[in-house]
Amino acid sequence: MEHLVIIGNGITGVTVARHVRKRSDKKITIISAESEHFFSRPALMYIFMGHMRYKDTKPYEDWFWEKNRIELANDFVTEIDTDNKTLILKAGAKMQYDQLVIATGSVSNKFGWPGQDLPGVQGLYSLQDLQLLEQSSKNAQRAVIVGGGLIGIEMAEMCLARIIPVTMLVREKSYWDNILPQRESQLITRHILEHGIDLRCETNLKEIIAGADGRTCAVITDTGEEISCKIVGLTPGVSPNVAVVKNSKIETGRGILVNDFLETNIPGVYAAGDCAEIVTPEDERNKIEQLWYTGRMQGKALAKTLCGERTEHVRGIWFNSAKFLDIEYQTYGFVGNVPREGESSFYWEHADGRMCLHMVYNAENHQLVGVNVFGIRMRHNLFEKWLSEKRTLAYVIRHLRQANFDPEFFTEFEPEIITHYNTQFPGQKLHLQGRRGLFNNIFA
Amino acid sequence: MTPIQIMHSTHSTHNEDHFRLFKTIGLAVFFVGILVFISSLFLGDYQITQQSLQASEDRVSAERLQALQPLIGTTFSSKHNALAQISSAIRAADPQIDDYNLGVTKFWILKNATTGLLKENTFFYFLLSVILAAVGSLLYIVPQFYEGLPGIKHNNIWFSTAMARGAVGITIGTLFIGFYVLLYWFPQYIVNLVLLFDPVSYFIRDLPADQWFLYGFLYTLTIIVMGLRMLAKYRHSRYHIIRTFSIIFFQLIIAFLLPSFLERLSLPSMDLKNAWPLNYYFFTDWHINSLWGGGTFGQFIFIWGMVLSFIVVPVLTYFYGKRWYCSWVCGCGGLAETLGDPFRQLSNKSLRAWKVERFSIHSVLIFAVVMTVMQIANYSSDGALFANYTWRVNQAYSFLIGAAFAGVVGTGFYPFMGNRVWCRFGCPIAAILGIVQRIKSRFRITTNGGQCISCGNCSTYCEMGIDVRAYAQRGENIVRASCVGCGVCAAVCPRGVLRLENGPAEKRFNLPEMQAVN
Ligand SMILES: Cc1cc2nc3c(=O)[nH]c(=O)nc-3n(C[C@H](O)[C@H](O)[C@H](O)COP(=O)(O)OP(=O)(O)OC[C@H]3O[C@@H](n4cnc5c(N)ncnc54)[C@H](O)[C@@H]3O)c2cc1C
Ligand code: SF4
Repeated sequence: MEHLVIIGNGITGVTVARHVRKRSDKKITIISAESEHFFSRPALMYIFMGHMRYKDTKPYEDWFWEKNRIELANDFVTEIDTDNKTLILKAGAKMQYDQLVIATGSVSNKFGWPGQDLPGVQGLYSLQDLQLLEQSSKNAQRAVIVGGGLIGIEMAEMCLARIIPVTMLVREKSYWDNILPQRESQLITRHILEHGIDLRCETNLKEIIAGADGRTCAVITDTGEEISCKIVGLTPGVSPNVAVVKNSKIETGRGILVNDFLETNIPGVYAAGDCAEIVTPEDERNKIEQLWYTGRMQGKALAKTLCGERTEHVRGIWFNSAKFLDIEYQTYGFVGNVPREGESSFYWEHADGRMCLHMVYNAENHQLVGVNVFGIRMRHNLFEKWLSEKRTLAYVIRHLRQANFDPEFFTEFEPEIITHYNTQFPGQKLHLQGRRGLFNNIFA
Repeated sequence: MTPIQIMHSTHSTHNEDHFRLFKTIGLAVFFVGILVFISSLFLGDYQITQQSLQASEDRVSAERLQALQPLIGTTFSSKHNALAQISSAIRAADPQIDDYNLGVTKFWILKNATTGLLKENTFFYFLLSVILAAVGSLLYIVPQFYEGLPGIKHNNIWFSTAMARGAVGITIGTLFIGFYVLLYWFPQYIVNLVLLFDPVSYFIRDLPADQWFLYGFLYTLTIIVMGLRMLAKYRHSRYHIIRTFSIIFFQLIIAFLLPSFLERLSLPSMDLKNAWPLNYYFFTDWHINSLWGGGTFGQFIFIWGMVLSFIVVPVLTYFYGKRWYCSWVCGCGGLAETLGDPFRQLSNKSLRAWKVERFSIHSVLIFAVVMTVMQIANYSSDGALFANYTWRVNQAYSFLIGAAFAGVVGTGFYPFMGNRVWCRFGCPIAAILGIVQRIKSRFRITTNGGQCISCGNCSTYCEMGIDVRAYAQRGENIVRASCVGCGVCAAVCPRGVLRLENGPAEKRFNLPEMQAVN
């Protein structure tokens, strides 16, 4: 029987295994070092905050794997010998494979700061990181988070849940403004402040210093200020985890290099998820997408390929979501932090400053390019449909109520939004069409 | 820090300090109230006098009162001794007496024989126990309306000793269970507690309090107080605000005040929202007779009961799912959604639990249906059919299901197995509504395309133990018999993936044709 070996039991590896099992009878083994069973990495924060236990973050019950004949090996791969199709495991054991999928995820970035390896300094990626944070959070009078991305804000929220005051050092002018347009970035910045987080923008870390006990006791910023703290969270992003292939014949760049079919340079060896770097034509930047959704979609496409139906990974219409403290965020299509050439935008913000809708459209033909929405939920399937049908801004605004996915009885902001639209485009008098809910979607 | 930052951080810590003070005082006051309440159990002597016997005239027959004459003038300091003497005196006069009648007799004789400080100051003790505990709870709860920013507040739940099966949780559960055991099977041992409620009971219904009035009053008060907590916790979610008001309305007005008012008018009284088979005595001969014999109003209630159970319930469930009843109207659901909310994460989400659930809830349904068929056959044959069995089956049902399952396990197990044990594993009306919901209804929980990150918040906080994530992460809608539509999965989801909604009954199960979906 053909043996498929997958390194990494994250969303990518597990999706590959599940979909291969649906399509074939191959022997499947997943080798992974971090945990015996698959858990949801984005849920790490909730374990620390006491919303869930570790076991609640496991998407499948423990019997699932045996029932689906997916063998789990809680082990670490040290080397890959592609010539002999053999893996070398930590204890020295070897494992043969016919097909190999590398789905090793990412590692947290560190930028060579003095003191970055002190106890009390850490990133947030793995279960082990969670244990570290658990230890350092005892008697911590303050935490300093360095780097203002999604993981940074999650770490800040985690510390707040344990009543540890937080200082965030952020290189940008306002929170995450290298990704978010200015007004959204400011909206979140205000929300961070209203949670009592001491946010320092345009401030960099210079060094981390140790106390008498050898543990972190303070950081020094590039403005020369010293902030005493027991926890330093380093969250300036993640990079593909390519350690295991470094000494093999598998080619790497920043990540493991693959084509759109997720094939590496070695036949029978594939890479997907966080660790993969998709090579693109000449001038475009290669694609590394460190997202849960990407891992899942790539895993599904790759499973087809592994079962003989060679399938390209297509990201399709972009979508993503996050939650910043109490504010939910969804995005569909493309919204850059600064408008690209030929693009205009329509922006509405609620008076309470915690909700907004930002639509980017093509200035010439008014087709919608993308939407950012904060504090209101929107239907994924409708936005995917509208974006692929190249609907105009006016069309989308008129039908916006149908895309609303907020719970029943929630205040409807669409009337306010369309009024705002009509004042911004005085020539037009748009009216909302249809109602919120499902009946419209089918009959409209 | 910039000035805004300083303002924010000092502002919030300042408030939090005040809140903490309020909450600590509230907790202390609550404990005092509870202590007074429990210690009232041991307050007073029991003196049987001519007057005390007369006071029970409405409840105890003249022959039995006669049998107790020899005890006149006796004073007992122990409830247990008093009850033993009362029992043997009654049994001596009437060896055939059944447990039910003996229990009622003991309860009233002892209640009216209570003397002492408590008896003379029932209202004062009522204020000092029940009302004080309520005030303490409010002091604890009201600050929660102003605490932090609106949003999901589940921090540190799994580290809590009360909410994660720790010592406090076990204590609360044990107290609940003890309370239910006394209430259902040994009400004569809580006569002093019942006495506390006499003034309110007279005020509301012009009748002395019995254990059911005590229970109804505490039940309603709990739903109001813990309903306020729910309103504070979900102040960002209008679905939950409206739903909680609905629960409070139905409990306070329909289940408590209206029946009390009817009693005051000596009309047949019934909780007008209690549908068959939750209302398992609906078709018993005594119930039908009492309603039918109760004039036009009684007949109206009877017909309403039929319309509610067999038309309103299924039709509304077709349109809105079972939630309209289970988490908006029902009293058991009302307690679960208020008092029970802190325990919702304790429900078991495993596939095994789901199998047990389907087996047990449908077994109870079959039990209830068989019993009802017997009741109707018995009634319409003027007692000829199943003559000896109907009553016994009723007894068994009310003991096993009505009291042990719905009460002791249903509420007593909140801190162990979550707040919907009864609704999930036992309630026959939930079973019927579930079948309608699963087979033909417009209700579903829609999954929002591919946005799920499999975090598990939805499953964890599902009180019915539905593994919501199992559906959401595949992009599938959730159509499950057991879903009571509490709306919490949608509220806790950090990615806005779930929406409770009504749509066309067809195609509820279809996966959206999206490439992003797994
Ligand atoms: C705190 C946090 C929050 C996040 N939130 C979101 C979010 O909200 N939305 C979103 O889209 N994405 C989010 N992400 C990103 C998302 O979690 C990742 O993109 C995703 O988990 C990657 O999955 P993967 O399967 O590719 O890799 P991983 O989940 O990293 O799995 C790889 C596994 O392989 C193991 N492994 C590596 N090398 C070896 C070896 N040599 N031998 C054996 N085992 C090995 C690792 O220990 C690891 O367990 C978040 C990430 C973090 C850290
Ligand atoms: S809470 Fe939301 S994101 Fe998390 S598993 Fe449930 S549906 Fe998915």
